[in-house]
Amino acid sequence: MSIRTTEDPTTSVASTTGNRGLQIEEKLIFEQDSPGRCGVDLVDPPPFQARLGGLERQGAIGLPGLSEPQVVRHFTRLSQKNYAIDSGLYPLGSCTMKHNPRLNEKLARLPGFADIHPLQPPSTVPGALALIDTLAHWLKTLTGMPAVALSPGAGAHGELCGIMSIRAALEARGERRSRVLAPESAHGTNPATAAACGYTVDSVPGNQQGRVDVEALKDRLDTDVAALMLTNPNTCGLFENQILEIAAAVHQAGAFFYCDGANFNAIVGRVRPADLGIDCMHLNLHKTFSTPHGGGGPGSGPVALAANLAPYAPLPWLVHGPHGLELVEHKRGKAQQAIGRLKGFHGQMGMFVRALAYMMSHGADGLRQVAEDAVLNANYLRVRLEGDLSPAFAGPCMHEVLFDDDFLKDTGITTLDFAKALIDEGYHPMTIYFPLVVHGALLIEPTETEGKASLDQFAGALKALAAEACSGDAARFRTAPRWTPRRRLDETAAARKPVLRWDPERMNREADK
Amino acid sequence: MSTFRFTRDHEWVRLDGDLAIVGITDYAQSQLGDVVYVELPEIGRRVEKGKEAAVVESVKAASEVYAPVSGEVAEINETLTADPATVNADPMGEGWFLKLRPDDPKELDSLMDEEGYKRFIAEQP
Amino acid sequence: MRYLPLTDSDRAEMLETIGVDSIDALFADVPRGARLDGLIDLPGAMGEIEVERAISCMASRNIAAGSGPFFIGGGAYRHHIPAAVDHLIQRGEFLTSYTPYQPELAQGTLQYLFEFQTQVALLTGMKVANASLYDGATACAEAVMMANRLTRRRKAVLSGGLHPQYREVCETYARFVGFELGGPDPAPGDGEDLTGLVDGDTSCVVVQNPGFFGEIRDYSELARYCHGAGALLVIVITEILSLGAIVPPGEMGADIVAAEGQSLGNALNFGGPHLGLLASREKFVRQMPGRLAGQTVDADGRRGWVLTLSTREQHIRREKATSNICTNSGLCALAFTIHLALLGETGLARLARLNHAMAVALAARLERVPGVRLLNRAFFNEFAVRLPRPAAAVIDALAERGVLAGIPVSRCYPDRTELAEILLVAATEMVTTEDLDRFEQELNEALS
Repeated sequence: MSIRTTEDPTTSVASTTGNRGLQIEEKLIFEQDSPGRCGVDLVDPPPFQARLGGLERQGAIGLPGLSEPQVVRHFTRLSQKNYAIDSGLYPLGSCTMKHNPRLNEKLARLPGFADIHPLQPPSTVPGALALIDTLAHWLKTLTGMPAVALSPGAGAHGELCGIMSIRAALEARGERRSRVLAPESAHGTNPATAAACGYTVDSVPGNQQGRVDVEALKDRLDTDVAALMLTNPNTCGLFENQILEIAAAVHQAGAFFYCDGANFNAIVGRVRPADLGIDCMHLNLHKTFSTPHGGGGPGSGPVALAANLAPYAPLPWLVHGPHGLELVEHKRGKAQQAIGRLKGFHGQMGMFVRALAYMMSHGADGLRQVAEDAVLNANYLRVRLEGDLSPAFAGPCMHEVLFDDDFLKDTGITTLDFAKALIDEGYHPMTIYFPLVVHGALLIEPTETEGKASLDQFAGALKALAAEACSGDAARFRTAPRWTPRRRLDETAAARKPVLRWDPERMNREADK
Repeated sequence: MSTFRFTRDHEWVRLDGDLAIVGITDYAQSQLGDVVYVELPEIGRRVEKGKEAAVVESVKAASEVYAPVSGEVAEINETLTADPATVNADPMGEGWFLKLRPDDPKELDSLMDEEGYKRFIAEQP
Repeated sequence: MRYLPLTDSDRAEMLETIGVDSIDALFADVPRGARLDGLIDLPGAMGEIEVERAISCMASRNIAAGSGPFFIGGGAYRHHIPAAVDHLIQRGEFLTSYTPYQPELAQGTLQYLFEFQTQVALLTGMKVANASLYDGATACAEAVMMANRLTRRRKAVLSGGLHPQYREVCETYARFVGFELGGPDPAPGDGEDLTGLVDGDTSCVVVQNPGFFGEIRDYSELARYCHGAGALLVIVITEILSLGAIVPPGEMGADIVAAEGQSLGNALNFGGPHLGLLASREKFVRQMPGRLAGQTVDADGRRGWVLTLSTREQHIRREKATSNICTNSGLCALAFTIHLALLGETGLARLARLNHAMAVALAARLERVPGVRLLNRAFFNEFAVRLPRPAAAVIDALAERGVLAGIPVSRCYPDRTELAEILLVAATEMVTTEDLDRFEQELNEALS
């Protein structure tokens, strides 16, 4: 049953403030300036002789002055315009939008973690080193791999780390290979990473079952291939059932098997990547291990490494030395062949604390349950929706389910329009137009932190929308969303004439034209 | 006006005097969506048949424009820099990208003619 | 388990709806040999009390910056973060939201990113800035690669005053991405002439201001020289607060600025997460890596924001992307934006002045200690001193006496014996007169 309003609320009544109930308009901070006003009270130092070498900054910077109440109100109002996991189910496929536990936040803010400097003497931070070591132990055990590089800043950075390590290993063998294979369905970071490291990328097509076409893969495998980059479960939400055969073929050709671990949530605690023949896999602590997405970051992308890649791991290394844990920050001793540094300091410590708190909270049994509930939830949605939306592939899925836009055929409604209408129903849309191998893709990943009632409500909303789409009311979809702080935004204008900052000079020039 | 020839990558080319004018087809612009930016080569640059000569960007995609024939870039369409929407509005006319001095004008003959291209796009999924 | 809402009865019901007997049926694609029947060898689930106890125990073994006199800089700085910042960034709508790919549901994120980009542009004196990168070191490497693309050249010259870790990151990228680096050795206290190293193959010269050893210089002349040779000038900043006091890179003729923003809004966090900043001239924006928030209008003609110029990025351009970066430092950028909004024009200048004042006071104290020589002509809140003996042992001795006195340069340059006696010290608004007293006293003792 769908509840319809009799009038479009956006056209019925005009508000005098531009506000609509709790939806409050908020200008830029630059438009709320009061010169001289300040939200921080600081003492003035006694008079002193500056030693800036005559390079004092002259002239105004142009920053606005606001008081604390104004700043708090400004950012509070901004936050109220955002959808979040805390607001509702966030079905973004391959993003793993699970609940972000608040214990993580509390522990990351302990002064013993938050207020320590990466370059203070290591003897003054044994607890930090112990935490990093414990995290490393958990990641190695969960993946079955003997080594883990912790410094990469996020998943894409982890991919770079993996491909660089592979290239270093090949060079150490005296080999120069020039190609990397990746499935057509791969996330854009995969080919971008390979190209950044000087490799040409060969795309491998998928088969009718949504997996890699193993024969096509074998056709492309030769001694010029450095690595295969595979996501497993893949971006269609399916486990690569021929993975052992794939691994064998890759190794036979003398190449390395890189796994994009973005979808680890489907198998954590139930499968170890090492047992699948994987040599190198990045993990996303901000996906599988619940560190918060924060509106786009920060993340953390540690890379689990097989023994043949471990010597090339980037600096710094944390090793068990004769006197306990030691930080190795330079290429010496066992770290002679390390590829070097990929980032400043030691890695995303703040995310290490959060991820370890999460892992310890779940334990081995809890993590296994995470994977099971994630897969259960996705399949439950698949079965509830397969009559209304069009599944891209037959059969069970893993932790995410992929639909194509076949169900919208002849309606005049695109996947985009459908997604925008879902917004009006109070949900962030699922991932759309990815993976590229399916037309008008809709990829739904509920995660294990959704209860059955939440799933039922979501399924209900999608079923109702699908029915409406097929009933001929295209306008409702094309004009969506209606009830958000802003309606559909003009992305073309934004790209044709980019306005990337507040610029009163330019605005005055344009006003004068 | 001399006849249009078409490539399988949806570029068009036609001779105008001793220059070959190159653009993208109406089908291509409709697939791309609103064009937001065009990256044109420098005048004097050599381009090879089938290799990248320019880039056209829409909001959701960036596509290479491949040279239909080999030659040297003689002119580029500066209006596209100021008004990329011209590619959508008039892809076969005002929306031209560049003019080449072709190495061998006969290279055009091996490309599809208008009928052939119409059949080709009818077969696209 | 407190984070898992499904009950056993839910699970049973759902399995029935799906039409399978057990959850194992949904894992049937996993090769038999790879299936784990039992639990992985790790501890079992723990309640909040136990997790907190275990992790707090690890935290309590570390000596935190607030526990005694603290003078460490070297690319990460201890500053005061106003209480409002942390409260605001922990609002669920900021903390638990995703990248703003659906702009109608993310105007909060997009508006603050637009404000952030503006703040970074204003601070650096540049025309345009992106929505953040991982940290200053990776921003530096991205800046070099951006300069390479813009000039179509492959050789970058790195100043001896560039942070050694930033140089190391550039070296890693240079090796694998395929470009060359050159430049003089670090030489604190000496002038440096990079013009002789610039030729027709140089894509950019990278300098840091204030430099790793704290020195402040005017790079306008170098900028002109680079431009004459068709090269770009990249200026790196590791202490963003310095822009509250000294001439910004934009006024010196910089083409690209790569910086670390941690000092505003973000704690030390043992080195991460930090906040990479990237800014440049307007005409270079299409070669800029990372996300960009842009202004536009919605269907009703009202102003709003979207991520824009996305075709540069990996999810569209794939192998031809400007960078493979996807995730940025979103929440750290928000913290920066809030902190700077609170400071404003006058607060920033005042805070910068306070930092410089403390550093000037510290320099005066250290210069009184026999055998200690200040190497800087000018500095902001960090400078280098030469001790009469290797600095590493002195630092360890001071640490044992509760003073975190700075960074022995040998930590970053272990093979450069000529730098072994050099100590890098920083003083921020968090330093008190008592701290200065303690430092002077302990250093005197350690050196006697």
